[in-house]
Amino acid sequence: MIRLENVSKVYPDGTEAVRNLSLEIAKGEFCVFLGPSGCGKTTSLKMINRLIPTTGGKIYIDGVDTSERNVNELRRGIGYAIQNIGLFPHLTVAQNIATVPKLKRWPREKRRARARELLDLVGMAPDTFLDRYPCELSGGQQQRVGVARCLGADPPILLMDEPFGAIDPITRQRLQGEFLKIQERLKKTIVFVTHDIDEAIKMGDTIALMKDGDLVQYAEPATLLAEPKTRFVRDFVGADRVLKGLRLLKARDVMTRPKVILRRDESVERAAEILDSARRQWAAAVDEAGRFHGWVEREDLKTASMLDEALTPAVTTASPRTPLNEALSMMLGSATGSVAVLDEDGRFLGLLSFNAIRDVLRSSHDEEGE
Amino acid sequence: MKRILTPLALVSILIGLTWWMTSLKTVGIYRIPAPSEVLRWTLEHLLLVLTAEGLAIAVGVPIGFLVSRRAFRWIGTALMLTVNIGQTVPTLALLAITSIALGMGFRAAVVGLFVYALLPIVRNTYAGLLSVDPSVKEAAWGMGMSKWQITTRVELPLARPVIVAGIRTSTAVNVGTAAVAGMIGGIGLGSLITIGLAVNVVEMVLQGAAPAAALAILLDLIFGEVERWMTPRGLRKATASGSRHGKRRGVLAADKA
Repeated sequence: MIRLENVSKVYPDGTEAVRNLSLEIAKGEFCVFLGPSGCGKTTSLKMINRLIPTTGGKIYIDGVDTSERNVNELRRGIGYAIQNIGLFPHLTVAQNIATVPKLKRWPREKRRARARELLDLVGMAPDTFLDRYPCELSGGQQQRVGVARCLGADPPILLMDEPFGAIDPITRQRLQGEFLKIQERLKKTIVFVTHDIDEAIKMGDTIALMKDGDLVQYAEPATLLAEPKTRFVRDFVGADRVLKGLRLLKARDVMTRPKVILRRDESVERAAEILDSARRQWAAAVDEAGRFHGWVEREDLKTASMLDEALTPAVTTASPRTPLNEALSMMLGSATGSVAVLDEDGRFLGLLSFNAIRDVLRSSHDEEGE
Repeated sequence: MKRILTPLALVSILIGLTWWMTSLKTVGIYRIPAPSEVLRWTLEHLLLVLTAEGLAIAVGVPIGFLVSRRAFRWIGTALMLTVNIGQTVPTLALLAITSIALGMGFRAAVVGLFVYALLPIVRNTYAGLLSVDPSVKEAAWGMGMSKWQITTRVELPLARPVIVAGIRTSTAVNVGTAAVAGMIGGIGLGSLITIGLAVNVVEMVLQGAAPAAALAILLDLIFGEVERWMTPRGLRKATASGSRHGKRRGVLAADKA
């Protein structure tokens, strides 16, 4: 889809921003350009849509040399989102989102419908926000509009330069998650610049780690964590890279189906019997549809007359897609030290226990031979 | 409403004052000009201001635009410096120079006022265009807008309130400066003030000064509305403080007159 061949950028003063960068990004791939500031990642990104001219090498999109295409046409076919968002303050949210469609001379109704659709996609109520101005939005909302705008004319390629860099950590995490969900549906080819290793691991299918204008390692996140090529990669990835590896595993990979599950309509005596015979102190309680309702502890059964009275609702639950690092923090806040994994309808799928995660950690540690 | 009513109240007080002076007919041995004469001078004053202002807009906005372009920006810095120094040249001195060059009269006054009006317009156009957020322009480039589209759809709409504010300031200042022009060319309300001062008749001075002040307030009011109307809705919050500043300057200029 996107191919960079010996691309380089030398500024007139002799600074080499990018040296002989060659890499290929497949269709539908989420590629992250990662590295410390000044490593050339943003420069590389901007050379793809020719905001910065190359001084050497070629960039091909779908086999066509980008330098031979009309520059405005090229850019209209590539979504572009930046850290400072750059929404047009004098235009409404709808007009902002429809910028490229307007450049492409879509009719008014189609542009409006598209803005509505995209606003909905990024989780903002179209009727509330379509006619607002950027100054009336919060930072996170502006960022969402920025993402919606880069999807405006449904380009197959998105270039994103630290699009979540300027917002608070909590909103950022949420936007990252939502954007991944959007990407799962849209399957765009994405080049995403960040200096945040955690973001790179969470978002990327592949990571291109750069340093001083050179590509140091281009690999999948798991490979980057497990087999850092150089000392620089190892340092950049960080000493806690085993822990970071948890991010790559999802709840569904390590959850277990417990032997004992209590039905909510069971009698207290029967429940106690089941727990005792399995030598368990607690179990999950589900209803007839298999939906999870909370935990039942053996202690609480002594004083309860109905099972519902002994029920402790769960503070947090995981989905099959929850990364293990998040599940781990959920566990620390859970009374039983375990987290229930539920499907979208709230049905109980299994348990995540600390032991299971520890086993995963231990095995990845062993693989490294340390 | 207060925004419009307060200046209008001031204007009616000033017109009332003028009318009162006119009704005196004579002060001592001097005849006080009749209402029709005051009106003629006022219109002449207005014509002088608007001609100079029109020329200044026609020339100033394109110059400000050009020097804000990357290729000419090196001129821009130097030009703005010149412009700022230029503004410190006393009004009277400038008008004296143009009168010597062009002979006394309407033409010399227009040229003098034109130079004066030009400065704020060039400066505001330049500053307005430079103040457009670079990330907004980057986003526009990145989405595939052409140079022309970025200028017309992004830069000019965003700079427009600042440009209009420059025009508004220069107009208000010019009503005052035009009164000084009257000293030299014998045109507009300035001539009334000059004569009044020469014969030491305060009433006659007021007859010239009050309508000039009224004119300044009125023009400022009109341009203030134009400015509001020209400001894109999404920007109105941000420029509210800016227009208040402009209004204050307008009143100062009127005082000077």
